[in-house]
Amino acid sequence: MPNLSLVLAAFCMAMLVSLPSRAAEVRTAILRVDRVAGPPISRLDAPPADLGFAGGMLGNEDNRTTGAFTGMGYTLKTEAVSPENAAAAFDALKAEGFGLITVIAEGDILKALSDRAGPDVLLLNAGARDEALRDADCRANVLHVAPSRSMLADSVVQFLMWKKWSRILLIHGSHPQDGLLAESYRKSATKFGATIVEEREFVDTGGARRTDTGHVMVQKQIPVFTQDAEDYDVIIAADEAGVFAPYLPYHSWEARPVAGSSGLRPVSWHAAHEAWGATQFQRRFEKLSGRNMREEDYQAWLAMRVIGEAVTQSGKADPVSVRAYALSADFELAAFKGQKLTFRAWNGQLRQPILLTDGRVTVSISPQDGYLHQHSPLDTLGTDAPETACQAFGG
Amino acid sequence: MLRSALVLLPAVLMFADPAAANKVFVTNERSNNVTVLDSESWEVIATFPAGNRPRGITISPDGKELYVCASDDDTVRVFDPETYKELHTLPSGPDPELFALDPSGNPLYVANEDDNLVTVVDVKTRQVLAEVPVGVEPEGVAVSPDAKTIINTSETTNMAHFIDASTYQIVHNVRVDQRPRYAEFTADGKKLYVSSEIGGTVSVIDLTAPEPAIAKKIGFAVPGILPEWLQPVGVKATRDGSRVFVALGPANRVAVIDAATDEVLDYLLVGQRVWQMAFTPGEEFLITTNGNSNDVSIVDVKEETVIRSVQVGEQPWGVVVAPN
Repeated sequence: MPNLSLVLAAFCMAMLVSLPSRAAEVRTAILRVDRVAGPPISRLDAPPADLGFAGGMLGNEDNRTTGAFTGMGYTLKTEAVSPENAAAAFDALKAEGFGLITVIAEGDILKALSDRAGPDVLLLNAGARDEALRDADCRANVLHVAPSRSMLADSVVQFLMWKKWSRILLIHGSHPQDGLLAESYRKSATKFGATIVEEREFVDTGGARRTDTGHVMVQKQIPVFTQDAEDYDVIIAADEAGVFAPYLPYHSWEARPVAGSSGLRPVSWHAAHEAWGATQFQRRFEKLSGRNMREEDYQAWLAMRVIGEAVTQSGKADPVSVRAYALSADFELAAFKGQKLTFRAWNGQLRQPILLTDGRVTVSISPQDGYLHQHSPLDTLGTDAPETACQAFGG
Repeated sequence: MLRSALVLLPAVLMFADPAAANKVFVTNERSNNVTVLDSESWEVIATFPAGNRPRGITISPDGKELYVCASDDDTVRVFDPETYKELHTLPSGPDPELFALDPSGNPLYVANEDDNLVTVVDVKTRQVLAEVPVGVEPEGVAVSPDAKTIINTSETTNMAHFIDASTYQIVHNVRVDQRPRYAEFTADGKKLYVSSEIGGTVSVIDLTAPEPAIAKKIGFAVPGILPEWLQPVGVKATRDGSRVFVALGPANRVAVIDAATDEVLDYLLVGQRVWQMAFTPGEEFLITTNGNSNDVSIVDVKEETVIRSVQVGEQPWGVVVAPN
């Protein structure tokens, strides 16, 4: 490793030599921490065993193809563990010399891992959406390629305002993450001038999520649950725990559309997205994995490509240099969303358009036209620099 | 000898008959057809089906074969430019998007985005001569004026690959900005322009030194247009070496560049999502495809003004003009 920059410098001076031999190897890892959860409401949503890993492998393959021309090799190790084993698995990766570790985990686990990592390890967050990790609890050694809850909420509310559906019935679940998501929607409504006319909480009383003929009960329960609400244009469901949101469309007392955790959903990626060359990207993924691409896969692919671009462009592969290049004004990444993705230097969040999907097609993409910003329209999504409480990035 | 004679032939004819009208062929990506325009009246004279999702289009130097990438059919369709009948298809690999024809008319170099390959196809025997592994998502293809070098741009690897046309080996790679779409040589072969759609720049690559190297990156700025939407795609250089035109996609502008200094001189307002471009044989006019306004804009090259727009099919993508 010490010779790496020397070799690369010589290489760069030769101005992209023809098919050089492998000069160095960039070793990356993906650690996925799986909390045991019940089956999802829809069996279509059941997570595949290689969730996230397959996207990371595609990103690694893309880096390797490019590396064949720049004399850089790339390897990827993937590991899935339970929350109890996360710290030990992380320490083991560190001990093996992995300095570029992509993490797909919930926010509390990511935060704990980042505190174990130290300044010589760079974590790429391809899972957790917590606002706090980008705000008051931000960590200098974490870059976020996954969008935050506020980016997702803002992308929905911008679209609703464009539709002039400004009166919102907010229905949130009873789990802590549902409360955080609901809070993001409240802030979005204030930010863009929508009105939350009423809030209701759908309490998770436990029990099996799937029962034979369960739809009979749903058809009776949901209309009653949504009855007698203040006049509203649209329901927003805040249900990260996945307890009730898929039941809302078609069952609400009033004939109103649903957005948020079901209906029109904000996502970093969707397998039906085809614009800006995405079709070829989807096909490459499907060929590799034999299934459709999910958000975690796209986010893991992003993490690999962030590393690949930083290494290719800067000629350095150590975590400190990768971080510095990613946060610099020179960094840019094409990622099938119609414009370059860059990092917010003040909290390490990757700027990106958010797809709005009904599950079949890309309905729209936020930021919506007309939401302007002095720096980038992408900064109309999520917490912006003047509001951030993040200090770790020197902001 | 034969090759240079063929290259010169259209130019000679052009001077003999400068007012000749030519057929302009426009692929319509969404309506699955080709619109034929007359380059004098600018009227639509025909429309014919061209397979599923026609995009890249080119024509043989003798004007007898029209090649269309039918992307969703995974093939290149060959049409008779007079009768508009399909003659046959060429093996292209999956999802062909852009290609370039050797100046002699054979072979055809096709970029296959799905397989990270450039496929070399003999248009006479309809056989694949070679498959050249390149970077991730190969897109733009260009052949040098001396036909010795093939350029391919790879959209995710972000390089211009220089391929030796005799050995089909990559001899150089030049890194450019994000998502390189199109490559265009100057007529003298001394410079190569590569557009980077997401990077928002055009790299000017100097070819006079032993190793190709980026001499300059051209950036764009239009008052009132967000920098994100200045996305260079199609590039065309005039034969006399004076001007380079760059289509700026969703900015709805074509940039006019002084080819001597590589400075932007002007921006011409055209239709929406301007994509690819083609000159008439005498380079009196430049035709631009405007994908979101379903029309083409006609630029008077000498005056550097847009003289009219013509409605074509849905989502026009590629354009080629028949030789004289």
